[in-house]
Formats: sequence, C-alpha cells, structure tokens
Amino acid sequence: MPLEQVEDRRRSSFADRFAKGLTDPTCPTPGGLNGPRGKGALKRYNVYRNNVTVSLIDALVAIYPAVQRITGAEFFRAMARFHVRASPPASPLLFEYGRDFPDFIESYEYAQKMPWLADVARIERAWLDAYHAADAPPLAGAAMMQVPADRLGDIIFRIHPATRIVRSAYPAVAIFAMNRADAPVTSLKSNAAEDALVTRPDMEVEVRLLPPGNATFLASLIDSATLAEAASKALTETSSFDLSASIAGMIEAGVFTTVQPGD
Amino acid sequence: MDAVMQKQDVRRDRRLRLPTLPVGGLAGTSFKPQHFEAILRDGPQRGFFEVHAENYMGAGGPPHRSLERIRSEHPLSLHGVCMSIGGPQPLDGEHLARFCALVERYEPALISEHLAWSTHQSTFFNDLLPLPYTEATLDHVCSHIDQVQDALRQQLLLENPSTYVAFEDSTMSETDFIRAIVRRTGCALLLDINNVLVSATNHGYPALDYLANFPFDKVREIHLAGHAEQSDDEGERLLIDSHDGPVAAAVWKLYEIVVARCGAIPTLVEWDSNIPEWRILRAEAGAAQLILDRYPARNVTVEYAA
Repeated sequence: MPLEQVEDRRRSSFADRFAKGLTDPTCPTPGGLNGPRGKGALKRYNVYRNNVTVSLIDALVAIYPAVQRITGAEFFRAMARFHVRASPPASPLLFEYGRDFPDFIESYEYAQKMPWLADVARIERAWLDAYHAADAPPLAGAAMMQVPADRLGDIIFRIHPATRIVRSAYPAVAIFAMNRADAPVTSLKSNAAEDALVTRPDMEVEVRLLPPGNATFLASLIDSATLAEAASKALTETSSFDLSASIAGMIEAGVFTTVQPGD
Repeated sequence: MDAVMQKQDVRRDRRLRLPTLPVGGLAGTSFKPQHFEAILRDGPQRGFFEVHAENYMGAGGPPHRSLERIRSEHPLSLHGVCMSIGGPQPLDGEHLARFCALVERYEPALISEHLAWSTHQSTFFNDLLPLPYTEATLDHVCSHIDQVQDALRQQLLLENPSTYVAFEDSTMSETDFIRAIVRRTGCALLLDINNVLVSATNHGYPALDYLANFPFDKVREIHLAGHAEQSDDEGERLLIDSHDGPVAAAVWKLYEIVVARCGAIPTLVEWDSNIPEWRILRAEAGAAQLILDRYPARNVTVEYAA
C-alpha cells in the first residue's frame, strides 16, 4: 500500500474512506477493501455506489412524478443524478428530501426551455408536505356565522397544518393537474399566471387554482393578519377580489382549523 | 419542517388502547401502502406486518391512518433502516427520539435495526453500508445499541447484514462480532437468511458454516427475501440483496434447516421493489407459515436486560 494511503487510514475512520466515493464517481475505489481470496473490490464497491445514487434518484421520482412525466424518465433521471450528487440528503427521512430540487430545476441548463417546470415541482413538493402534515379537523362552514358582524374584521384564522400556497408566473396548476394523473396530456394554450392552493382537509391532498388576489389574501392570514387587514391587501393588489367567495372557497378546501376573535 | 413528527403528535389517546397480539409462530409480510385496500378486503388474518420505521415519521396523514388500522388487527414489527448503528459517529438523537415515539404509539411486538451504517457526517446515503469487524468498531456498535435499548427500555433485535466487500482491517468474523455484541449489550437478533446466503456467496464460504456459528438461542425473528444476481471483477457470481422478487429456493432450504433446529420463530417475507399484487406476497408468507406450522412455536418474549 502506498505510504500516502497508510497515512490516510491512520487519520480517518473507515466510514470517511468508504463514504467519499459513494456519490462521487471520480473517486477511486477506497483502499483496504477486497473480495475473498484476494479478489478485487471495484465492481463490489460499485454495488454500493449504484444503490446510493439509484435509490436517491428513485426517491426524487417518487416525490416529483408530474415533473418526470413532463420531461420523460431519461431526462428526469439525468437531471436528478446531478442533483443527488451535488445535494445528497441530510436527513434519514426521504420524504423530506429534494426541498431544493425545484431551485435546482430552475437553474438546470437543459430545463431552460421549460421555465414553468420548477413551479410544477414546487406544487409537488407542497403536495408531499400536505400529505405528511399533522391531522387536524378543518373549520366548519357554520363557524363564521357565529362571529358577530361587527367583529368580523378583527378575526384571525388558525391555518390547517397541511395548507400551502405556490405562486407561479406560469399556468403551473393546469400543467400539474394534467401530468400528475394518468389521463392523456392535451395541448395547453395558456400564458396565465396561476397560484396553487394545496390542502388536506382529511386524508386526501387537494390542489386547486386560487382566483386572483386570493394568494395575497391567504398569505396575509398565514402571517396572522386580521381578516380586514388581509382583505385590504388583496383588494389593493386585485380590485375585483371577492372576499366572501374567497373565504367560502377556502373553508370548503379546508384551509383553516379555527377562527379566533382579534384583540 | 412541520411535516415531520414531533413528540406531541404521537401522544396517543389513552382510550385507543391497542390489543396485545402475540407474534409467536407466525409468518408475516412487509406492509406496503398499495396493498392496504386488498388487506382490508381479506379481513383480519393469521400473520403479522412489518414496516420501515422511517416511512411513519411524518406528523400525520394517510400513513398513520392506515398503520393504525393495520395495527388494530395484527401484530406489528417495527423495522428501523436508518439508525446508522454501525457508523463511527454518535447516533442522531432526534431520530432516536422519533423511533421511540413510534414504539410508544404503535406498541410493536418486535423492534429491529441493522448492523450497518447509512449516515456519515451530514450525509444520509440511503443504503445499508458495511463496517470492518474490529475491537474499535465493536465498541462503537455496542455503545450505540446500549443507547437505543436504554431509550426504548426494550430489547432491540439486530439484523445480520448482506455485504459485497470485506475490509482488510477486520480482525474477527461476522458471527464472532455478532456474538460479542449479544454478550455485551443483551440485545437479541433478527436472522435474515437471504442476507446469509448473499454474504456467503459473495465472500466464498458455505452459508451452513455461518449458520453453525450464529447464536440461534438469541434469534427472535427471521427475514426471508428475494435477491438478484450480478458478477464481480473476476466474472463470478455476486448476489445483490434486492428484495425485488420471490424468495429463492436455496433460501427456503436454509430456512427449513433453521426452523427445524430453532423452532417456529416469527418469520417475515420482505418485498420492497417491483412489488407484486397482495395475493402473491400473501402466498409467500403462506409458504413460510406451512413450514412454521410443522414445528413448535418458540418462546419469543422480548426481554430487557439492563
């Protein structure tokens, strides 16, 4: 064994040496490994390299099925391989993996012709977070009727743990919906900006399109604004914002858990 | 990270007391979410289910809803895949706390982890990686198992690994290493017979020699699974622990030998990719059950010796 390698083995743990090449194909097979009767370790070590990379690519496929349907498996797996090697997971919980994958897609050279792809990925990431979010009963429609009319403006909503908003400058909700299911893909002629609302009122995750103004409205409520403050922000942005339709739609989608009187 | 389970998410309502269901002498299968409806259609059946603990570490949602249902009618085995017990660095305390919270919530009949590592420094590699068998690694592994058992206040079953490489640094055999772990920590064992065959083939020794040196009196669960075949640098057979097909004939043969010697130890058929229809997986467990039923069930009380 070369002196350098002997030195290396004295200073580092077996795991340091073994881990180095798992996500870096340019690293040589670590020293000190073999097969029986002096057999080589090249293909043997490559089993681990392959397990690590393929299983992590598969994890991204499982989180981002619509993105894969859009790009095709070959494109997706090549893109995912770059990401897995650059940003392997830091948590043993694979459903937490790939949070930075949408940003990676946005900067990925070969995906530049699909500028909406990253937002579709953001909806899929939000879908999985909603799926695993804590259980909570959604606010019943009747709850609003118990609030005295003169106190309505002051109320504050508590947001359901599954609720997520994804804002897009592209028709990301329509593209997501078309590719997340198995139904045939039709051509989409739209350059509308779309905001997605992701909720899970019970056990089914739901993704729906938010009407204009609604994303700003809900984002304010999530930041603990009162109903009046959030409505005023939404109206400033979108003069046609319909407050009662918006609240009714959000209650139906399971956005809130409780309503509290303000101070 | 509010989709990850927190301690308060798992405080179970005391009214939802789970039945204590014995697992002795039973065959079971991995529980796969895609089989949930088909399993419910079959109704409660003789057998048990095993889940990978990490898949149930979310805060809520469908995974917990279906596992609660499964657990209300069947014994459960909680199988950890990511504790990284075999690595040189300290265990992830948060991960251990989540693991304990699952044990508290679902009261599994069997709790197991691997003689392997999967996290190093800050990277999780999502694979069961091998370690050299030396006095130094033995110290690490034993202190990690002590830590897990102290936190669980229960006995852990440690699974023998399938490996593709050996370390020049190793100073003892895998079975000697495992015997030393059992002696020092009081843990019990999960004997994966497919792993025995995979490692024996890959390292050029007879599987029966390995089994002859394995501390059978500590085995509380058996795993069976399918493997795939590749070749090594010399063009000879290299078996891959792929869990993607039926249990191989050679594994069934070893299984019969083990059960004839040790009695009917709870046995699980694992199937983790290319997952077939429920009836096919159920039939694999049925084949194991037929063998188990020919032998007396052995006491499988999980003990805690601290």
